[in-house]
Amino acid sequence: MSDTAEKVKKIVVEHLGVEEAKVTSEASFIDDLGADSLDTVELVMAFEEAFGVEIPDDAAEKITTVKDAIDYIEAQKAA
Amino acid sequence: MFALDGKVALVTGATGGIGAEIARVLHRQGARVALSGTRREVLEALAGELGDGALVAPANLSDPAAPQALVDQVEAGLGRLDILVNNAGFTRDGLAMRMSDKDFSDVIEVDLAAPFRLARAAMRGMMKRRAGRIISIASIVGTTGNPGQANYAAAKAGLVGMSKSLAQELASRGITVNVVAPGFIETPMTDALNEAQKARLMERIPLGRMGSPADIAAAVAYLSSEEAGWVTGATLHVNGGMAMT
Repeated sequence: MSDTAEKVKKIVVEHLGVEEAKVTSEASFIDDLGADSLDTVELVMAFEEAFGVEIPDDAAEKITTVKDAIDYIEAQKAA
Repeated sequence: MFALDGKVALVTGATGGIGAEIARVLHRQGARVALSGTRREVLEALAGELGDGALVAPANLSDPAAPQALVDQVEAGLGRLDILVNNAGFTRDGLAMRMSDKDFSDVIEVDLAAPFRLARAAMRGMMKRRAGRIISIASIVGTTGNPGQANYAAAKAGLVGMSKSLAQELASRGITVNVVAPGFIETPMTDALNEAQKARLMERIPLGRMGSPADIAAAVAYLSSEEAGWVTGATLHVNGGMAMT
């Protein structure tokens, strides 16, 4: 697992208070991990803070799974 | 009832009569209180009066960056922020015919936009703790209107709509958002009225007296408390019966 993936999953576990095993790459924040709309905003803000990236609203809307978050952050870091 | 032990409150406009009394009452109920305003020496005098558990945190809320910096300062200085009291505000009265864009927007900026920015800054920590209180001091004129105060009445009515929206956004996190709307309160400003003006005012107040800062502070203490945990999106009118809404 990449450093980014590990860090993203750790943030998700902390913020949503879910078991680590549940936080698979395919897991949807809302459908699988029980997040509500405020949780997703908090997660995006936590990602921004942890990775020093800016995630604009239109990009944030498309981040619905753990993998979406990892991919977006890695693409930003590569850019 | 209404104990606030262990809580941290931020009161803006603590240099004014109402703000200072709110700070005193929250402190008396057990909260540690951050005192904000533009005049440092007035805040320091109040902090000296309160003793332990008071933080002097001057801020100029017409600066859009000030609210976040203020909340950061309180969280750094007192460890957390549980109760935000948006009390700061000012008037720049004039009939609409003669009211400049600047007079209108300056009042909106400090009396409405700054409370929004403060709430936005404060809600992060509150969301994490799944608890919080955001209380804004509006005014009777936000409900009734008042000639010469189109800007101020708009800002104060705006606080009500803003608070109802925030109340719905934050309810799932245990954060309540409410408004206290004072009527006519005895302050240096109302002291300037002459006897005839005061008599006319009294005719409109069923309870037959002006309000005191303590009347407002008591309402804020209630809304700050655990006991008010099922009250959100509400406007508590404290006006001697002058307007019943």
